[in-house]
Amino acid sequence: MREIDTREVTEKVKELCIAANYELGNDMLQAFEKAMTEEESPVGKDILQQLVENVRIAREDQTPICQDTGYAVVFLELGQDVHFVGGDVNEAIHEGVRQGYRDGYLRKSTCHPFTRANRGDNTPAIIHVEMVPGDRVKITVAPKGAGSENMSRVDMLTPAVGIEGIKEFVVDRVRASGANPCPPTVVGVGIGGTFEQAALIAKKALLRPVGEPNPDPELAALEKDLLSRINRLGIGPQGLGGRTTSLAVHVNMMPSHIASLPVAINIQCHVNRHKEAVL
Amino acid sequence: MSAPVTLKTPLREEDVDRLKIGDRILISGAVYTARDAAHKRMIDQLDRGEKLPFDVRGQIIYYVGPSPARPGRPIGAAGPTTSYRMDAYSPRLMEEGLRGMIGKGMRSAEVIDAMKRHRCVYMAAVGGAAALLSRCIKSAEVIAYEDLGPEAVRRLEVEDFPVILVNDVRGHDLYEEGARKYQR
Repeated sequence: MREIDTREVTEKVKELCIAANYELGNDMLQAFEKAMTEEESPVGKDILQQLVENVRIAREDQTPICQDTGYAVVFLELGQDVHFVGGDVNEAIHEGVRQGYRDGYLRKSTCHPFTRANRGDNTPAIIHVEMVPGDRVKITVAPKGAGSENMSRVDMLTPAVGIEGIKEFVVDRVRASGANPCPPTVVGVGIGGTFEQAALIAKKALLRPVGEPNPDPELAALEKDLLSRINRLGIGPQGLGGRTTSLAVHVNMMPSHIASLPVAINIQCHVNRHKEAVL
Repeated sequence: MSAPVTLKTPLREEDVDRLKIGDRILISGAVYTARDAAHKRMIDQLDRGEKLPFDVRGQIIYYVGPSPARPGRPIGAAGPTTSYRMDAYSPRLMEEGLRGMIGKGMRSAEVIDAMKRHRCVYMAAVGGAAALLSRCIKSAEVIAYEDLGPEAVRRLEVEDFPVILVNDVRGHDLYEEGARKYQR
């Protein structure tokens, strides 16, 4: 058994909220560079150049990469031999978000669904806990912007549609989303499980380093085929026409019920930000 | 690519008439911010026969909810938000003389039609390029609905603010025509 003070959790969540919003991962920067060499549209190339420049300026000015600094989605991989002391760990996470969004000059975007009154502190965090062996806690903060989240969907397909039906669902959704999710996007796909689990594994797929294929060759082939179909749509950077609609498709799959075929698509804009730390 | 067009606000009809889809534009002058909640309030005010918090004639509205400014800076990150959420309100503002809109993403057929009737244009700023766009904003002042926080109406002074013309006054749409060009 290892004791971890929840104040450490607060401090770490705060740091990760700020870091995730100011600094984009090298995997994304490399993906931009690669896209620039492949993009045929001059406007598209110009936009990709602006995105690279924007990431540099954000770091230099300590300004968020995007003004939509997101809903704070927090993933905990919680070692089963950890014992939290010093208070409610959920509250500790919310407090980390509260402090991070305040001290990092991040936008507060959570509001009452009916009145739309802003809560003013960007709480609550969305917390996903997964129990794992060991005595450590891995915290991942993935602030999710609404432009791309709004274009995401879950559908319960009829099993008879098969893999072609899955591909159609994903490609049709990207087509219908057009310019709205701020392409070039990263597309997370969750296949199987239940209604909510499909969405969760789709979201988790976004945490994988961009362009790293699924270790399962069948799913890696599916990812490749989906990406190639998506990039033939012509939507391009910012939807203004071009080859680069998505930088990567990441698929996660798990068994489904004999009567179901849940499929979720979680679209992520080019500000594909997440930072992690281990306590 | 041709050289960027420069625009100085407020805009006259002839300023927007000559613009065509795909034009790269650098905007300087005053630009007003408003997004979902501010639009709703403005339309409610018009419905009650009240005056808008600013005279929209010849002006540009930028759909943005900036992040808070650091001390000593005029504004935080300030990229565009998705425009379709303002579609229900935009034609009414065009009736009042609105000349331009900046956002990102597709507009409805009703909005595109209203742009033709009222000689208004829709321009896209690069979504998510919010730190870069922030540098083009020289001052920001909340002029209405302060209680809305990031959604309050602000008057911005911008300099060479980069946008791309998406919908002109003749009903063309770069999202549609651009994607068609690169479709395979």
